[in-house]
Amino acid sequence: MNQIGSSTGLHAVLEQEVKKNAGWRLFIQTVIARAYPRVIGQQREKSWMFFDIFLPVLAVSAYVFVYRAIQAPEDYIGFVIVGGAMTAFWMNVLWGMSSQLYWEKETGNLALYIMAPNSLMAILLGMALGGIVATTLRAATIIILGSLLFEVSYAVVSFTQLFAVFILAMAALYGMGMMFASVYLLLSREAWHLSNLAQEPVYLLSGFYFPIKNFNFWIALGASVIPLTLGLDAMRQLAFKTGETLGFLSVQVELLVLIGLSVLFLVAARILIRHMEKLAIREGRLTESRR
Amino acid sequence: MSSINLKSTSTYHRQPDTFLAVRWRTFRLSAWLGWQIESNWADPFLFAIYSIIKPLAGAAILVVMYSVITRADFDSPIFPYIYLGNAFYMYVGQVMTGISWAVIDDREHYKTLRYVYVSPIHYPTYLLGRGVARFMIATISVVVTILFGMLFLRLQIDLAAVDWGLLLVGLIVGVNMLAMMGLILASVMLLLVHHMWGLGDAVASALYLFSGAIFPLEVLPAFLRPIGYIMPLTYWLELMRRALVGEVAQAFPTLSGYSNGQLLGILVAMTVAFTLVSGVVFRFCEHRAKERGLFDMVTNY
Repeated sequence: MNQIGSSTGLHAVLEQEVKKNAGWRLFIQTVIARAYPRVIGQQREKSWMFFDIFLPVLAVSAYVFVYRAIQAPEDYIGFVIVGGAMTAFWMNVLWGMSSQLYWEKETGNLALYIMAPNSLMAILLGMALGGIVATTLRAATIIILGSLLFEVSYAVVSFTQLFAVFILAMAALYGMGMMFASVYLLLSREAWHLSNLAQEPVYLLSGFYFPIKNFNFWIALGASVIPLTLGLDAMRQLAFKTGETLGFLSVQVELLVLIGLSVLFLVAARILIRHMEKLAIREGRLTESRR
Repeated sequence: MSSINLKSTSTYHRQPDTFLAVRWRTFRLSAWLGWQIESNWADPFLFAIYSIIKPLAGAAILVVMYSVITRADFDSPIFPYIYLGNAFYMYVGQVMTGISWAVIDDREHYKTLRYVYVSPIHYPTYLLGRGVARFMIATISVVVTILFGMLFLRLQIDLAAVDWGLLLVGLIVGVNMLAMMGLILASVMLLLVHHMWGLGDAVASALYLFSGAIFPLEVLPAFLRPIGYIMPLTYWLELMRRALVGEVAQAFPTLSGYSNGQLLGILVAMTVAFTLVSGVVFRFCEHRAKERGLFDMVTNY
């Protein structure tokens, strides 16, 4: 009797102490919980910070010297620096968003994510928000370092528009990453190769190191599905003296397209994650580990 | 009957393999293993596309950058300089980084490093063998990239004027040099944990910048140029360019004072030096990794 009483008492204390969230509170709690290791954890791993900044700076420097070797106008040096900084976001979307659920599967965490009483969409959103914050720090460092090393001069037309373009490009890009993450749920070791494959071709098509206006109109239009294409183009138009003359579409049009892409990718991610989760469970792919 | 069989089995003694036989068997089997790992995740057609798209896209970035600024002046000597340097640099990423990556792959991903190490093989030879598949993939990529340049970008390579002997000898020595650099990197990897995966890429990127792969060293600030001159890659890439486009490559002042024979001599000397250094570094890192219990330490992320 006494034992039962103490057990009930403990239960009551626990009920009182552990406040269980549900609904949107749980959603936000999950987002913050998943964003936390992205923001804090990645800053703790100093070697990652070093490689995330050092590698793009080296790549950017090589391209800068190519432009110098062929005597390109100085604004192109700035284009390369900004493009090089943006590679950090694309890498983060590929390896930190799209492939993330594959890594989680490999380390055995994915099943726990699925079992936990929270939304998988909240986990993806947390990964995205954490990734944006952590990568912005790296990208900013690359821009500052590159600009100082190569004496880049900026001529910003509108800081408000520049900020809006950046935010929208990030929303669309990470929406795309969330969508890919759900598709990657079905993949095994192909995920690594697919992410690896999606680097150089996207650097090329999105014009990370040159204005996409130089492409055929239809190729540039097709490449605009990748949010960084228009995001970069608009940022260059707003931040450099000759940017406007080298822009693919007007900044206003690019802003509108980025809004459309953000909505499209976020909605698609929501639909796909539900579908893929069911499919992966049905096909027994959630816990498989094909090495 | 069965007792006779058992007796004959128990008295069977296999002749110990010779020094070279162990190395050859190790090399052959690890090359096969490397090829399986690299290629069997997809069907051959998809794998072929994968092997071609990535390097072509990398080359296309440079081509577009070049054509935007020069209005597609592909006849200028700087174009083959950039294009061929970039094409042959694919060997660096694949062979050097590939050999070093085998350590991380075996230890962290497949978790087989301890079993491989204790098996009757010669471990450094095993690592070199793992680079063979990457070498083959790189060769396909380099050939496709150069053919693409010749067919679509007016990359002027006169096949009759190509110094095939120099190309072959230079390629063999150069790939050996890259393999030795890869072995040094792999040895260092034995002491590092998983999150140092970027080390191979970092070294490859640094070499890309300082070896004059895609621009003449004169473009670098004067204080950085000496780094390029102490790197064997600088001499190797120059040799490859000279073998394919001869005088066009010699037009650039970086190494114009050296004859082909001198460049080859420098490259051979540096390869021998790297071979000796790689042996010493491997022994040292192997010993340290065992002593500190790092050999099969898995970080699990």
